[in-house]
Amino acid sequence: MSFISYLINGISLGSIYAIIALGYTMVYGIAKMLNFAHGDVIMVGAYVVFTTVSTLGLPPALGIVLATVACTLLGITIERVAYKPLRNAVSPLAVLITAIGVSYFLQNVALLVFGAGTKSFTSVVPLEALELAGGELVISGVTIVTIITGIIIMVCLTLFVNKSKAGQAMLAVSEDKGAAQLMGINVNGTIALTFAIGSALAAVAGLLLCSAYPSLTPYTGAMPGIKAFVAAVFGGIGSIPGAMIGGILLGIIEILGKAYISSQMADAIVFAVLIVVLLVKPTGILGKNIQEKV
Amino acid sequence: MKKYKKLISFALASSLAVSLLAGCGKAADGGSTSSGGDVFKIGGIGPITGDNAEYGMAVQNAAQLAVDEINAQGGINGYQIEFKFEDDETDAEKAVNAYNTLKDWGMQMLAGTVTSGCCVAVAEKTVADNMFQITPSGSSVDCVKHDNAFRVCFSDPNQGMASAQYIGENGLASKVAVIYNSSDIYSSGIYETFAAEANNQPFTIVSAEAFTADSKTDFSVQLQKAKDAGAELIFLPIYYSEAALILSQSATLNYAPSFFGCDGLDGLLGVENFDTSLAEGVMLLTPFAADAQDELTQNFVKAYKEKFGNTPNQFAADAYDAIYAIKMAAEDAKLTPDMDVSQMCEAMKASIVKITLNGLTGTGMTWEPSGEPNKEPKAVKIVSGAYTSM
Repeated sequence: MSFISYLINGISLGSIYAIIALGYTMVYGIAKMLNFAHGDVIMVGAYVVFTTVSTLGLPPALGIVLATVACTLLGITIERVAYKPLRNAVSPLAVLITAIGVSYFLQNVALLVFGAGTKSFTSVVPLEALELAGGELVISGVTIVTIITGIIIMVCLTLFVNKSKAGQAMLAVSEDKGAAQLMGINVNGTIALTFAIGSALAAVAGLLLCSAYPSLTPYTGAMPGIKAFVAAVFGGIGSIPGAMIGGILLGIIEILGKAYISSQMADAIVFAVLIVVLLVKPTGILGKNIQEKV
Repeated sequence: MKKYKKLISFALASSLAVSLLAGCGKAADGGSTSSGGDVFKIGGIGPITGDNAEYGMAVQNAAQLAVDEINAQGGINGYQIEFKFEDDETDAEKAVNAYNTLKDWGMQMLAGTVTSGCCVAVAEKTVADNMFQITPSGSSVDCVKHDNAFRVCFSDPNQGMASAQYIGENGLASKVAVIYNSSDIYSSGIYETFAAEANNQPFTIVSAEAFTADSKTDFSVQLQKAKDAGAELIFLPIYYSEAALILSQSATLNYAPSFFGCDGLDGLLGVENFDTSLAEGVMLLTPFAADAQDELTQNFVKAYKEKFGNTPNQFAADAYDAIYAIKMAAEDAKLTPDMDVSQMCEAMKASIVKITLNGLTGTGMTWEPSGEPNKEPKAVKIVSGAYTSM
């Protein structure tokens, strides 16, 4: 019975990683850059919900909408101000360093505005815990909502990318930026749209993360951000289904490793699995094999 | 008008001349002018941002309060005290930087640092400079391993042992689970002595699970294991940020054991927006309860509340005692600010083991040459969102 409980918790944690990883992987697929500030957008989203719902007392639904809007605007602004001017820089490292800079900038602004103290996040999920098998298996409401939200987001995103015009434009830009532009696709607009979607997902992830683990500090997004980046690489960076699979697997491995091998070695186990996967399949589980032409 | 101007300019000029002469006089003495002037410069280091900011802020505030009180009463041996506090964000490297900053400022004695990891790093620097150091709350063994360092709080081994004895003697539980932070010297130190002492006590440890600094959000596994093992009490030798998470995750699992912690849990009630009903019944080992009825505690709590707006925790009390311990030892040693840092340290080392301080964290506190204090442990319980003496 405890195995099922571990598995469900793993899927729940993995769903959060997957939603964050989607943001990483979409941006990488299209702009060919690692947006290390992504984890901190999560934190900003969580603070917006905290401020609107806990401090101002607005209804949770409104808080969620506001957080999504705020993160979307933040994502677009970061792209416009910090990344776009460097898109054609000689070294791809320039934009990577900028991303790290933005990450620290967001953390420090949050420190300044909200202070360093840990804030306890009131869960926006009003669902009661589910008791099965006579109280032996308890699944919390947040876990259920997280898993369902994760599934909905993945289905919607897959449909969006494959069926809609804007989604097709994204695929085209990720394939070949130059050619896409020649075919009349608005490359700048598409990249901005990608950032907008990625950041909106970050807001949702922040909400779920803080509902499941209700402690909020300016550094809340940093570690999940790194883990989600690992998940994206694990699944094959640039691939949307890869990010989903990578995220969920990472969550399950982390929880089961903690439960059955060693609770202090959890992270070591996760990274060991990553190394093994990358040795066997260097582009990740669903990554494309790119053949270099000489 | 003109006359006055002349008079003033004459007065100014003569005062200038006198001060010049005074300067000459001093130089003529040829005495080795040390870093000090006519004030004692005491430094403090601790986290006032980051995870453990509650502790650093409490220490900073209470130390300043004690310094202000002492200055108002005429200072130490007739000299005023200046106190300066630097942030270390609970990072050992930043703590060493803060120490260097304070040294540039002219620090003569250190009342710090607040957390164990940083304290061990800074202790290596103070011993090299032979500077007197008293940490309010650095509880790991190595914080006072050099003979220039002393502490106000209990050491980790003491806390682990005292907790195990307290649980055993009061029959709080027969099956105990432990969740500790294996990447933190404070937490693992307490756990080790707790586990050792548990063998002599009428309870068994049914599950002992660790977490690390990089995986400190998800505790579902650790709680599930404690639940499966049938633990009635969970011992939490950790800091309050993680404890708040454990309490709320335990509630979502419909698991309600009792919780027992050490001084690291202090600050739990200060977490913003924390549902204090989750902490109902949590017990912690602490030398200070703000609701105690003695006059010293009540005056301190009143003054602290007036100045800083919140109720002081035990870190504040430790810091307050640390400053008074410095004062008492400095008076015993007849310290003057013109002594150099090393001379001061030698004098303080000899004097602190002679004094007996009636402080907030214990009456009749004395110090061993090893740096450890002698005092009685106490426990408090959280009832209706406030500490209540047990």
